[in-house]
This record gives sequence, C-alpha cells and structure tokens, in this order.
Amino acid sequence: MTDVADEANAHPGAGASTATSLPTGAAGSAITLRAAPVKSRRRGMGSGPRKSLEIVFFVTPALMVFLVFVVWPVIKAIQYSLFSWKGYGPLVDFVGLQNYLYVLKNEVFQDALVHNLIIVVLSIAIQLPLGLAIALLLNRKIRGQGLLRTIVFVPYVLSEVIAGVIWRQLLTANYGLIDTVFSALGIPTPAQGYLGDTSLALGAVMVVLTWKYLGLAVVLFLAGLQGVPEDLYEAAQIDGATYWQVQRRITIPLLGPTVRTWVFLSMIGSIQVFDMVWILTKGGPAEATNTMATFLYSWGVERNLIGIASAASVVLFVVALIFALTFKRLVLRRDAIDYEPRKTRKAATR
Amino acid sequence: MSTAVQDTRAVYPPVTRRTRRGSIFRGGNALVYGIALVVVAVTISPVLYGVISGFRTNTDLSRNPSGWPEPWILSNYSGVLTNSRFWGYAFNSTMIALITTAIVVVAGVMAAYPLARYEFRLREPLYMVFVMGLLFPAAVAVIPLFIMITNDLSIGDTWWGVALPQAAFALPVTIVILRPFLMALPKELEEAAMLDGASRVGFFWRIVLPLSGPGMVTVGVLAFVGSWNAYLLPLLLLRNDSMKTLPLGVADFSTRYASDIAGIFAYTSLAMIPALLFFLTMQKRIVSGLQGAVKG
Repeated sequence: MTDVADEANAHPGAGASTATSLPTGAAGSAITLRAAPVKSRRRGMGSGPRKSLEIVFFVTPALMVFLVFVVWPVIKAIQYSLFSWKGYGPLVDFVGLQNYLYVLKNEVFQDALVHNLIIVVLSIAIQLPLGLAIALLLNRKIRGQGLLRTIVFVPYVLSEVIAGVIWRQLLTANYGLIDTVFSALGIPTPAQGYLGDTSLALGAVMVVLTWKYLGLAVVLFLAGLQGVPEDLYEAAQIDGATYWQVQRRITIPLLGPTVRTWVFLSMIGSIQVFDMVWILTKGGPAEATNTMATFLYSWGVERNLIGIASAASVVLFVVALIFALTFKRLVLRRDAIDYEPRKTRKAATR
Repeated sequence: MSTAVQDTRAVYPPVTRRTRRGSIFRGGNALVYGIALVVVAVTISPVLYGVISGFRTNTDLSRNPSGWPEPWILSNYSGVLTNSRFWGYAFNSTMIALITTAIVVVAGVMAAYPLARYEFRLREPLYMVFVMGLLFPAAVAVIPLFIMITNDLSIGDTWWGVALPQAAFALPVTIVILRPFLMALPKELEEAAMLDGASRVGFFWRIVLPLSGPGMVTVGVLAFVGSWNAYLLPLLLLRNDSMKTLPLGVADFSTRYASDIAGIFAYTSLAMIPALLFFLTMQKRIVSGLQGAVKG
C-alpha cells in the first residue's frame, strides 16, 4: 500500500524481470511434461495454414466483440445521422446532411461544444500545474507518504455518480456545506445555489471535475518521477544545485513524455464527459452546462430524435479525432523519436 | 529516454560551489507538511462529510449543515442496509462487473498473444484497429447500441447486454497494455518450448498464460472498476428497476428522495464502500495498469 509508484513503475520492466527469473522453472516443466519425442520437433512453430488458423482462433473473440459492439454501432450512427428517424418503423426518410446542418446551427449544441472546449482547456490549465506541484511535493521523503498517495487517489476511484451526488448536496443552496461556510465567511452565495446559477454552474462543474481527476494526474506524474534516475539528483546536488534548479532543469523535462500522454488522455476524456454533468445539472440550468454527450443523450434518448442525436455523435467523434490527430502531430511526435531506438532494438531481437 | 537524460545534462550548467549537501531531498519542512495537509483535507473532506452526515437526522442537518452529528443515529444506514433494492443493485453491479472482466481478460489475452508473438502480414494493421478503438468515445456509439441491444438482439435489461458492450470498449486498452507485456517474454523461452516439441498453442497454455498472470490481473482490475463505476451504458440499457446497477440506484435514490439528505448521504456512503475496498486491496494494480496505458 505504501509503494504505489514503485510497483507501478516496475510494470513494463516487470514483465521482463519475472520472465527472466521464472523461465528455468517454467521451461523445465515444459521439458518434463513433453518428454520430447523427436518426431514432434516440427520445423519452427509452423507456418502456413496451421499458423493462420491459430491466429484466427486467438484473435476472433476479441475482434468479434469489438466489431459488433464498437465498430458496427459507430457505422450505424453515421447511417442514422442521414435519416430523419424516431427509433421505430423502417429507416426510409433520407434527409442527407440536414441533421448535421441542424445540429451545427443549433445554439444549444454550439454552446455544448464551447463548454466541452472550456472543460478541455481548464482541465489542463488547472490540473497540470497543480498536479505537478503536488506530485513533486509527494515525491519528497516525507512522513506518511504512502497514506498521502492513497488519499489523493481516492476521488478517482469513486464512481462519478457517487462523487456527483455528494457534491450536489455540498453545493445546494442554504443547506449545503459550501453555501453555509461561505456565508459564514461573508462571501455572497447565489440564491439558487452554485449549480442553479447560469453563470456559475459550469464553474462549479469544473471544480468538481478537478477534485475528481486531479488524483489521476498526481499518481501518473508520481509514477513518472520514480523513473528519474537517483544518480542524476546526486550529481546535481554535488554540483550545488538548489531544489528548484533540480526540479526545473532535471525533473520536469524528464517527466515530459508522462505529461504529454496525460494531456492527451485528459483531452479525450474532457471531450466526452457525460456522467458528472448529467448527475450534477442534467445540462442545466437553462442549458448552461450541456456538453456534446449530454446533448446527444437528451435529444436521442429523451426526445427520440435519433437522426439528430446521431449527427451530434458523429460531430463529437470528429472533434475527438481532430484533437487526437493534431496532438499526435504536434506533440507526441517528439516522443516517437525518443522511443525509436527501443523499437528497432525490439524488432531486431525477434 | 537516455538521450533525453544527456540533453538535460548538457543544458544544465555546472556549478562549482557546493552548498547544503544532502538537504535537498530530505523534504519535510513545515511548509511542505502544511501543503500536504491542505491537499489531504480538500481531497477527503467531501467524502468524510458524506459518511458523517449519514449519521445525522435531517432536521439536525438542515439546522446546522457544518456541524457535528447531534444526536448520532444509525437509522439512515440501517434503513439502506435493510433495503432489498440496494442489495439487488449491488448484486447486479457485481455480476455485470464479473462478466465484463471475464470477457475482457479472456478475449484480451488471446488477442494480445498473436499480436505480440506471431509474425504475419496483417499484424500491425490489426493492432491499429484496436488502438483506434481508444479514440472511439462510448458516447458516440450509445444510441445505435441502445437500438441494437434492445431491439435487434433483445438482450436489453440483461447482465450480458451491458457486459458485452462494456467489454468491447475496454478491449482496446487491455490489448494495448497486454501486448508489450507478452512481447517482453524472452524469445529463448519460446525456442526452448519449441525444441521440446510444444506447439504455439501449447506455449500459450503452458508458459504465456502462467507468466502473464500479473498483467491479466491488472487489466482485469481496470475492467472491473470501470464496469463497477459505469453510468452511461447501464443508464441506457437497463430500464427495468430489478436489473439496475448501484450507480443507477444511487442516482435514482438521490432524485426520488431528494429531501431526505441524510438518507442520500448514507446511501452513497454505503455504495462507495465496495469500490474503496477494492481500490485499497488492488491499488498497485490499478496504478500500474493506468501507467501501462499511458506508456502504451
């Protein structure tokens, strides 16, 4: 429980180390089990039809589940988006791109898209520096470090529903804890509560999202910090570097790949956020906190406008894709270069 | 990685005078502890407030929201614990999470094996198909999934009806984590097994499966927690109250009995216990899995 990151960090290497320590036993038992009649020493593990059959055998279950429940629905979403359809009866009312025009011109959807972008930007702008600071703090040898790490990670493990329901109570007007405390401190609070005020609701949702996901950033950064070799610190110390110099010049640059990948995950998550918003506000008040996902849920499921909701979902997908590809282009490329030697080495050994 | 290390060294200016050796990473001044305390307080107090408020009466809670329970009562908690619907939701959550995990682990490790250790032309394209899956937000597919599961396959309101799509969306990350894991098994192992006449399938059964235990536990834990906490897919696919999961139950309870605030706190507090216990016992696995996902 104490050394989360130690173990965590060992993971990719762990495969190798357990593998190298175990083989004597494992291979040994294979030898005795198969008391090797020479004839079964086929050339290689075969190629040709038998190998293809094996590949098909191994891959089919995952591929089937994936194709049927992920790829096919996405294709169907594209199809539905071209029809005016209420979810029952035959799919005949072809309307071309009208649903897309409708969605893109719809102010509620435009706002939803803007909210998503705000969440993307603020999540990174708030959680990156804060997460980094806390991770650096926890990386020092302080008492109760393991317990601290566990506690920081707790919100991430709770379901969004549970976190959302608790926070909704905390943020209620008059009887909510936060309202009470702020009033006592003389800070004015909105009459309808933070989640009921059109200008504050999105900010309140953002606070809850930050509370929920900061722990993930901290834990990932901490794990990345464990990968910074200790002798680098020692060398810097001997050279008389101050704590801040060490962090700025050594730790943070070396954390680059972890940070970049976290940013990527955070972005994709922010674009599709649904659960927390739905629990806290259902997109309200007065559509002030809709996201693309809550838009497509309320139009598709509550109003049964399948065509329009599907068009919205395709737009969501395209936005996610644009973000992912742009990010990969601009940022992750640098990591790909870093990893190149490792990859070629792997390729050479096989 | 090593190149990056050298870069920073090159950038870093050598300083000759040494000062305060050894003090840098000892940590532990008052400021550091102070900040740590604030972080802990902000993180944990909403949860603790919920747990403690579950012991209060509603009148007490509305009279003084920020106070201590006066009096302490157990009726909120006992009310939830004797509520058969609560246990029904918990049972559904457990079964759906178990089925999801089983599908993810079995199908995931099977698919990762040839993708890691076979040489064939379509290997990388096939892997890319799964990697692309990481980019498909579940929200994109929910409406067609709803129609497909409820109308076409008629498995709406069943455990499998939720577990199958959940597993499908968990498979990409599973394969992305497991493939490097299986790749790391040394080639010599495979050669040795081959010399002894093992087939590739035999190698998979006798050597790959036992050695990839830790990796499978990791992806299994991630799938389990993901399913346990899931909201959107169950919300769409489980309409019958007797089939609902715990998150749906919590959300329903909190809107149906909106004025029973202490009751809501007791309900959510009890509903979070399984996830927290699971987290505390499996913490290392969850973190290493997330980290594996990041690295992959």
